[in-house]
Amino acid sequence: MTAGLVAAPSAVDDVARGRVRRAVRWRAVVTVLAVLVVLTYVLTLMVGRTFYPPGDVVRVVLGQDVPGASFTVGRLRLPRATLAVVAGLSFGLAGVTFQTMLRNPLASPDVIGISTGASAAAAVAIVLLGLGGTAVSVFAIVAGLVVAVLIYLLAYKDGGAGTRFILIGIGMAAMLHSVIAYVLSRASQWDYQEALRWLSGSLNGVTWDRTVPALVVLVVLGPVLLTQTRALEAIQLGDDTASALGVRVERTRLLAMVAAVGVLAFATAACGPIAFVAFLAGPIAARVVGPNGSLLLPAALVGALLVLVADLCGQFAFGTRFPVGVVTGVLGAPYLIYLIVRSNRVGGSL
Amino acid sequence: MTSVLSPAPAPVTAPVRRPGPVRLLWLLVVVAVLVLLLAASVAIGSRGVGWSDIVAALGGSTDNLGQAAVTKRVPRTLLAVLVGAALGLSGAVMQGVTRNPLADPGVLGINMGASLAVVTGLAWFGLFSATSIIWTAIGGAAVAALFVYAVGSLGRGGATPLKLALAGAATSAALTSFITAVALPRGDIAGSVQSWQIGGVGGAGFDSIRQVLPFLAVGLAVSLLSARSLNSLALGDELAAGLGERVALVRGVAAGGSVLLCGAATAVAGPIGFVGLVVPHLCRLLVGVDHRWLLPFSALTGACLLTAADVLGRVVARPAEIDVGIITALIGAPFFIAIVRRQKVREL
Repeated sequence: MTAGLVAAPSAVDDVARGRVRRAVRWRAVVTVLAVLVVLTYVLTLMVGRTFYPPGDVVRVVLGQDVPGASFTVGRLRLPRATLAVVAGLSFGLAGVTFQTMLRNPLASPDVIGISTGASAAAAVAIVLLGLGGTAVSVFAIVAGLVVAVLIYLLAYKDGGAGTRFILIGIGMAAMLHSVIAYVLSRASQWDYQEALRWLSGSLNGVTWDRTVPALVVLVVLGPVLLTQTRALEAIQLGDDTASALGVRVERTRLLAMVAAVGVLAFATAACGPIAFVAFLAGPIAARVVGPNGSLLLPAALVGALLVLVADLCGQFAFGTRFPVGVVTGVLGAPYLIYLIVRSNRVGGSL
Repeated sequence: MTSVLSPAPAPVTAPVRRPGPVRLLWLLVVVAVLVLLLAASVAIGSRGVGWSDIVAALGGSTDNLGQAAVTKRVPRTLLAVLVGAALGLSGAVMQGVTRNPLADPGVLGINMGASLAVVTGLAWFGLFSATSIIWTAIGGAAVAALFVYAVGSLGRGGATPLKLALAGAATSAALTSFITAVALPRGDIAGSVQSWQIGGVGGAGFDSIRQVLPFLAVGLAVSLLSARSLNSLALGDELAAGLGERVALVRGVAAGGSVLLCGAATAVAGPIGFVGLVVPHLCRLLVGVDHRWLLPFSALTGACLLTAADVLGRVVARPAEIDVGIITALIGAPFFIAIVRRQKVREL
């Protein structure tokens, strides 16, 4: 207001300053999140039945031979913690991509059944078909894509597909959930830990051969998603606006969906659909970042942090070791309910 | 805007009335189907048994393995009939009370509430008698129902189907996680947790049936007696009040009956979803929207559906069995999607 009286160009300056301020804030948030992820990662490697000081852990990670720690940290804790980070990043990235693309916080792949589809396919591949390795992941990704397309086709009917999309997704999730239950009941013996992995996600008994494929796919497809940040934000304004801004809407949407389902499915094949991480990461990142920039990278980091912290809690906070998915499920569902209540009160787009 | 006063979203495209003879005809058909399914349920299973053995077994003989198998199938069939009838009726009443075509004890998370209450009781409070388990299940169902309805009806527009279904799905997810979290530290009951997450009628015995029967009878009576009031409610709250109906009271009593039914059913069979969703919709197509016909029909058709699902579960995966809760979800979820697709966006 008063600035306008002082000098004419200050309005332009304000805009420029605001832009710089937002960029600085965004960078600060991303840096803090990244540092937190690294610290929690190292902490996860340190604690356990035996405690190893950070120095030992860092030396093991760098490939040096430390008696005792090399096995415990290098063979047992490292693949688990790494998969926690990879899965968290993947779920966070995939979740926020879907939420942005469909303009609805409820449209995350774990609420609308895409994760459940990937998980069901992985369970079928492993338990019924006796497959292993990459074949399982391929099954998962195909199923994830099929479910996504199916929901889209079923929900698409003379426009206004938003709410219908989510309800149909919920129905789909219920059906696929019972497919998982069926597959598990066909398994030679009811293994509760294995069941929990496919139903709610678990990092128990993770080895490198499960971690590496998810890591590779994330390294390949993650950057692809990040390059679509601007286009996705434009799509959030509406398809027409986005095309007016020069975004090729259908191409972006297809690319983003395939890449998001790709990282999601590979992570799901490795550790199951860790409940609600994809759903929670985006809104939490939005709260932290504010209207200061893209949500993709912050949401991925929030996802990694969520999985790491939840896994730490699940392993050590209680007398029993809970799988990570049970912890995130107990945390995430109240937030989902809160979101419903809040959007009810403000008369939101539900 | 979806308004509270909008007329009953006479779900899907149900015809409003059906002439009497048509209803009677359908009644006969449904009863005949139920009798056939009962016979099938006793006769069909992992082990093939000849008719002579079946008849002998029904007469009380257990001389050979086949007859013994049939003797096992009788309580199971009875339980499927009772639970199916309870869930079908419960769903019909719920759809009437909330005027919501997507209402179902499974979709709204009420069965999961009953499950969590029972699991918590088993793990923390050393619950063991059948009656206390049933009471606990009913309590859990009531709390879950109130909670989901409160969450779904906050804010503008009241309890729209979308909000209720979402609140139910979220609550189900939360409750499932809680069930695992409660049961996992207790190795001794963790094995039975599966049966509290996926319903089935496999382990039925006459004892549990006898225990749950009074609860089901009360629920049935309350629900059937509220049929006339539900007809008034279908016209909208204000019109119902104008017709002399005490709306809040009627709604509370009918909802109570419906919660009693699904809570008791969950106590003996675990959470079984989608029966209460599918059955009332089918019955509306057969006999129209008059609750005096719709409610008994829903009970009969629910019994048919669950018995058929149970037989199917025994046949498709021989020699293993598929829990009936899995079958109903596989049948019911596509039905749910179909209903969502037919609704106008406005009504969601």
